[in-house]
Amino acid sequence: MSQSTTVSHTHSAPQFPARLGSWLKSAQYPLIGIVVLLALWWFGGWLIANNPDTQAFAAFAPGPTFEALGYLISSGSLWGTIGSSLYRILTGLFWGVVIGVPVGVVIGYFAQAMQVSNLPFQFLRMISPLAWMPIAVLAFETWDAAIIFLIVMASVWPIIFSTAHGVKRIDPNWFKVARNLGASGWQMLHRIIMPAIMMDVMAGIRLAVGVAWVVLVPAEYLGVTSGLGYAINDARDTLEYDTLAAVVIVIGVIGYGLDWVCARLLQRFNWHVE
Amino acid sequence: MGATITLDFITHRFRAGGAPTLENIDNRIEAGERVALIGRSGCGKSTLLHMLAGLLLPSEGCVRVNSHQVTKPSAKWNMMFQKPSLYPWMSVQENAALGLLFAGQPKQEASARVSELLDKVGLHDKKDVNVQSLSGGQQQRVALARSLATDPEVLLLDEPFSALDAFTRSALQEDVPAICGARGITMVIVTHDIDEAITMADRVLIMSQNPGRIVSELKVDLPWPRNSSSQEFQTLRNELMQRFRDTDDGLSGRKSQPEPAVRRVV
Repeated sequence: MSQSTTVSHTHSAPQFPARLGSWLKSAQYPLIGIVVLLALWWFGGWLIANNPDTQAFAAFAPGPTFEALGYLISSGSLWGTIGSSLYRILTGLFWGVVIGVPVGVVIGYFAQAMQVSNLPFQFLRMISPLAWMPIAVLAFETWDAAIIFLIVMASVWPIIFSTAHGVKRIDPNWFKVARNLGASGWQMLHRIIMPAIMMDVMAGIRLAVGVAWVVLVPAEYLGVTSGLGYAINDARDTLEYDTLAAVVIVIGVIGYGLDWVCARLLQRFNWHVE
Repeated sequence: MGATITLDFITHRFRAGGAPTLENIDNRIEAGERVALIGRSGCGKSTLLHMLAGLLLPSEGCVRVNSHQVTKPSAKWNMMFQKPSLYPWMSVQENAALGLLFAGQPKQEASARVSELLDKVGLHDKKDVNVQSLSGGQQQRVALARSLATDPEVLLLDEPFSALDAFTRSALQEDVPAICGARGITMVIVTHDIDEAITMADRVLIMSQNPGRIVSELKVDLPWPRNSSSQEFQTLRNELMQRFRDTDDGLSGRKSQPEPAVRRVV
C-alpha cells in the first residue's frame, strides 16, 4: 500500500517541469528562427551605422526601433492607428464574406454558373486590387469607403473560389439522404451545405486576410490621415525612421495575429478526424 | 404501423423513347410484409427502390403507399443506402435525430426517442462519439436508427450490408427484419445475395434484366430468426437458384459459352 503511494508520488512530482520542458522543446525551433531574424536585423543596422553614406538611416536598427515602439505604446498614439486599420480590414472582409460565400455556393452548386463565371472571375482576380484605386476614389465619396472597396476586391476572390471548391466536393449522398429524411431547401442549406463547407470558407477567409492585410498598407498611403499605412508614410516624411520601423513591426505582429485567429477558426470548423 | 405499397404498371426509361429499364412492374406489398427484390446488377432493382422512396419518378405507372401516390421523398417511406452517409460534423446522437430535426420536433423529445433507438441498435455507449471513429457496421447501425427515428411506415434498403464484414452483416440481417416485424414496418430490401433474401424476407421477387421485370416470386415460410443451415433453407435456396437460371439472363446464358477450364488444359 505505502509502496504504491510512493510510486504514484514520484510519478506526479516531475509533471510540471516535464510539461514546461515539452513546451520549451516545441518552442525551440520558432525561437531559433526569431533569434536569427533579430541577429540579421541587428547586423544590417550595424552595417548601416558604420557606412558614412547610410549613417542617416541608423535608426532602422533594433535598438532605436524598440525604443520607438515603446514610446508609441506608452503614449497611446498607436491604438488609434491600429483601430483605423482594423476597422477598414474587418469591414472589407465582412463584405468580402457577404458577397463571396453566396456567389461561391452558387457557382459550386450549379455547373453552368461555374462555366459562365470562371473566365471573368479568373480575369478579375489577376488584377491587383490597387489598380482599382483611381476608380475607387471616383466612385466613393470618402477615402475610407474607397479603401474598404479595395479590401473587398482583394478578399472576395479567394473566398469565392474556396467556397465553390467546398460545395463541389460535398458527397452527393449527403443531399440524397437529407432529401430522403424530408429536408426543406432552407434546412439543406443550413444543416448540410453550410457545415459541410465551413472549413473551406474559413480556408478562403484565411487566404483573403493575408491578401487584404498586404493590400491595406499601400492603400492607406493615399488620401487618409489615419491607419498603419499612413503612419509609415508620415514617419518617412518626417524622417523618423525608428518610428517607421516600429510601425513595420506592428504590421507584422498584427498580420500574424489575424492569421493565427483564422487558423484557430479553421481548426474549430474542421470536421475531419486526424 | 406499416403501409401497403402498390406498384401500378411501372415502366421506366432513362431517356424518352429509349429502351425501358423497367417494364410493367405490377405488384402489391402488404402492410408489415418484408419483401426482398433480387436480380443481377443492372436489372433496375435499385431504380425501382428509388421510385418507392420518391427519389425518382417512373415514366409510366405509379407507386402508391396506402392510397397516397409517391411523388417526392418523405420520412414516412425511408431509405437506407449502401453507404451509411453519416454527417461527420455531427455526433452519433445528432445524426440519428436528423429526420426529427427536419420535422421540427423539439430537441428534448427527439433526443429521448433517439436514445431509445440507439439502445435498440446496440450503440448506447456511442451517443456522443464522432461518427468517423465508428466501424462500418456501427455506422450502418446509426443509419438504421436514423431511418427508424421518424417512425416510417415503409423501410427501404438498398444493399445496405454489402460493404460490411460477414459477422456484422449476419447480425444486421437478423436484427432489421426483427425490428420491422416488431413495429409492423413494411420492409423492402434490394439485394443480389440469395441467402440474404431468404434470411430477411417473407417473400422474394425475382427480377430479369433488359428490360427489368418481375418474373417470379417465392414465399419464404420459415420461422424467425432464419437458420441458414436448416434443410428447408437449403431447399428454398436451391429453388431460388433454379428460378434464377430459368430467367433468360440467368446462368443459362453463360452455360452456352465454351468451358474455360478445358482451354486452359490445352
